[in-house]
Amino acid sequence: MKISQNNYIEFVEKKSPNTKEVWSLIKAFVVGGIICMVGQLLMEIYQDTFWMFTEVQIASAVSGTLIFIGATLTGLGFYDQLGAFAGAGSMVPITGFANSVVSPALEFKSEGMIYGLASKMFIIAGPIIVYGVIGSGLVGLVYYFIYMWG
Amino acid sequence: MSEVNGKRTIELKNKPRIIATSSLVGSKEGKGLYGKYFHKVVEDDKMDKATFEKAEREMLQEVIDMANQKLEENGNAINMLIGGDLLNQNISMSFTAREMHLPLLGVYSACSTMSESLAIGAIMVDGGYMENIACATVSHFSSAERQYRFPLEQGTQRPPVSQWTVTGAGCCVLGKGTNEPKIVRITIGEVVDFGIADANNMGAAMAPAAMTTLMHYFEDTKTSPDDFDLILTGDLGILGSGILRELMADRNFPLGDNYKDCGATIYEGLPNCYQGGSGAGCSASVFSSYIYKMLTTKKIKKMLFVATGALLSTTSTQQGETIPAIAHLIELEA
Repeated sequence: MKISQNNYIEFVEKKSPNTKEVWSLIKAFVVGGIICMVGQLLMEIYQDTFWMFTEVQIASAVSGTLIFIGATLTGLGFYDQLGAFAGAGSMVPITGFANSVVSPALEFKSEGMIYGLASKMFIIAGPIIVYGVIGSGLVGLVYYFIYMWG
Repeated sequence: MSEVNGKRTIELKNKPRIIATSSLVGSKEGKGLYGKYFHKVVEDDKMDKATFEKAEREMLQEVIDMANQKLEENGNAINMLIGGDLLNQNISMSFTAREMHLPLLGVYSACSTMSESLAIGAIMVDGGYMENIACATVSHFSSAERQYRFPLEQGTQRPPVSQWTVTGAGCCVLGKGTNEPKIVRITIGEVVDFGIADANNMGAAMAPAAMTTLMHYFEDTKTSPDDFDLILTGDLGILGSGILRELMADRNFPLGDNYKDCGATIYEGLPNCYQGGSGAGCSASVFSSYIYKMLTTKKIKKMLFVATGALLSTTSTQQGETIPAIAHLIELEA
């Protein structure tokens, strides 16, 4: 086969190594699972300790704690190593969201507190928030009409 | 008078020489294949500076100073600067030069900046317009990451085709000299785009540019790959250099064991470096350390240095553009 501009992309795709899917899935599953187990453990400890709070309040406290842990591990320089190993396993849970806010904040601090830290803080999390809010709004609207007509 | 061979290969009659070189790399590069050949390895890649951009400038400043010291031993000094880096608007080179009070030609050609600088410098020395021109380039993993990819602490996975930006700088001083390695011919590359849009797969994007320049050179000079002790590309990486081998074999100019790539070899033996190194400092640091030593000790007598550059920007990538690439060729003799 003569490799030319016409068939180059096909040729490169064949030559390029792919991500090892099964192994990546296993790593993501195990690490993601452990993070969720930590969350569950916190939930149960909080339920026993702060019995006066409602379930919703307890859930918020658990999320807050996980965000704190994710942010701290990012600041200490561990979360990027965890992410390189686990991929989506550490990116999807709320700790990953904390990492995606704290890491640009740390990185762009050198451009100042306003145009650096504060404005660059949401370069990765921003789109998630925007489409998350729009998405939940749309779902709410659909739910409202179904409820009204149903 | 120097002349043009074939269509575009410039033959330099006065044979400018590389009279001094210097190189500096970060600790990761220092642990790689060429570790003991670099002139300086720094443990702290932030160089005690407030930002990685300042550290990058410091690296460039140090290689230029180191090269200048070698010239001063013979009562000479650098008269002019040519070079560049990867940061937007070439700030490392311009900011480094602001204290040096020397004429500067800032060059941007991504990872092929060293070969483009050598080409311009060699033509100036050959024409007798200037002597002792320092060609210097730099790149820094941490400043490149924040410009092109993600924050350093962001927990993401790199795709297996990706390369690692070299933290390092290299400087080659061109002059008349006496018996140092000389630049014989130059082929200026053209922009080639075979349609790769994945900014992680720069080796695949640049391989056709290297192929195009090499083919022009071989046609212009009636030579073949076997005529050289070494054919060295810049940072095609493991994947890209494999692709170049296939492209050249396909065109009946197969590359033998004399073909090497700086990026594919710089991290040899280190884990998690994917397809190898890249960046303006990659070919510059390897060429001005190990390769220059091989030339001066006559272990390599005749070689081609073909650094390649991917001429993309973050804007062009986000707008879905494919990646144009370029490769400039320098023929050297010991």
